[in-house]
Amino acid sequence: MSANVLVVSEHDNHHLARSTAHVVAAARQLGSVTLLVAGSQCAPVAEVAAQLDGVDRVVLADAEPLAGLTAEALAEAVLAVGGDSSYILFPATAFGKNIAPRVAAKRNVAQISDVIRIIDGKTFVRPIYAGNALATVTCDDPALVLTIRTTAFDAVGKRSTPAPIETQAVALAASKTTAVGRQLTQSARPELTAARVVVTGGRGLGSSEQFHALLEPLADKLNAAIGASRAAVDAGYAPNDWQVGQTGKIVAPELYIAIGVSGAIQHLAGMKDSKVIVAINKDPEAPIFQVADYGLVADLFQAVPELTRKL
Amino acid sequence: MKILVPIKRVVDYNVKIRVKPDGTGVETTNVKMSMNPFDEIAVEEAVRLKERGIATEVLAVSAGVAACQETLRTALALGADRAILIETDVELQPLAVARLLAAIVAKEGPQLVIMGKQAIDDDANQTGQMLAALLDWPQATFASQVVVDTAAQQVTVTREIDGGLETLQMPLPAVITTDLRLNEPRFASLPNIMKAKKKPLETVSPAALGVDVTPRIRTLKVEEPPKRKGGVKVADVDELIAKLRQEAKVI
Repeated sequence: MSANVLVVSEHDNHHLARSTAHVVAAARQLGSVTLLVAGSQCAPVAEVAAQLDGVDRVVLADAEPLAGLTAEALAEAVLAVGGDSSYILFPATAFGKNIAPRVAAKRNVAQISDVIRIIDGKTFVRPIYAGNALATVTCDDPALVLTIRTTAFDAVGKRSTPAPIETQAVALAASKTTAVGRQLTQSARPELTAARVVVTGGRGLGSSEQFHALLEPLADKLNAAIGASRAAVDAGYAPNDWQVGQTGKIVAPELYIAIGVSGAIQHLAGMKDSKVIVAINKDPEAPIFQVADYGLVADLFQAVPELTRKL
Repeated sequence: MKILVPIKRVVDYNVKIRVKPDGTGVETTNVKMSMNPFDEIAVEEAVRLKERGIATEVLAVSAGVAACQETLRTALALGADRAILIETDVELQPLAVARLLAAIVAKEGPQLVIMGKQAIDDDANQTGQMLAALLDWPQATFASQVVVDTAAQQVTVTREIDGGLETLQMPLPAVITTDLRLNEPRFASLPNIMKAKKKPLETVSPAALGVDVTPRIRTLKVEEPPKRKGGVKVADVDELIAKLRQEAKVI
């Protein structure tokens, strides 16, 4: 008999996040997939979720206490719907990391974080020490909570006929936590973790003005997302949620262009799975060149505008 | 208000780790050990709340081998008032640590737990959320700003989420986990390091707390990630564009 796998979808009550299609890809390797859409007034999300290939059924848990999508309320909803699942999967994103351990602790089972490979139903590979080592781990707990590193599993596509959607009532106490508000960075660019091309700037850009003046035209030309190294974020050149690295976003685009980035270990952990890496840096000894497919030792203030012009 | 700050002793942030040749783990003997950087931020935040008169006591707790006492002494030097070491040689995993901390919370009755969002060794990012679940407390993970209102017995936390920030308000008691930009931890001054030696540090065992810490997850092997080999240096922008178009075919 195939194991029951519950995938907890990430969404904002309106739109399904791309991370979900990656988690479904991992879930299919473990058994039959139930996709949970838990939120408030989120039926349209369930309809989009039902179109994902590999989803056997969608459970819609729509309740007012879930409106704020707080960890407390979501964990209760997950347990109410999937308490007897053999696996409960979340994306290893800020959303999934927030909720998954709460579910594991309530179920009294272990959680394995940041899974990058599934070896068998009990054995998984995950990065430790900021990706500087890979651990193969196994666990005999009766059920497992996993968070899935989305860049390690190719997203599933769409299916021709949607999976059935079941509505399940969940009785939840009113959440003690109130979501006061969200300040999301508005951007016309593709999302960092989903972009085909990422242009990343480092400390070498020298100032916030130069960071934007040099990178934005290049990113526009390539329809790229813009990322930043931790040094650039700490120096105030770019907002925090642009940060690529172990403590920021993990990206794996087809083309990654690192500009004025030295290539600290923390940064490399966040981008080394990119398909093609380009580095532009005036320091020929910068560690970024050790992972770059194409390195250009040059003054970025000349090379980047020239690159933008000639593309 | 008492604040509990759990801390972990880990391989220092600046150490380039080495995988043991037999694949059983990462080399930790004769390696510099320090307080997990996210926990330093937690200690700093708790100490600042005490300095502002919001907290009355900061209690640092660690779990692990006897050497964790050094890490607790660091927390005391940074401003924590006293410390508890839950001493064991067993490899501790997040759920076990959360259970140990829940037992300490039951004994000590803090109104707030502030801890690092993850440890930089196992990168699990689980213990704070698990503790909140075991206590049935609300949680605010990945905090970049914390405002405590003692009169209303509530806390407002701005947290870092994908794509921006989110602000949550919750009643105390609560668990908060720290993100990088919450604050910049101070350095311990020499007089404070000396003073820390006289602050109380108590040791308990997991058994005394009634917690079974047997590991659930077994590590079968640890290996180095596949090395990405460096490619070629190009002479100029024209050659770069040519390579990207004709060789890599990504533009």
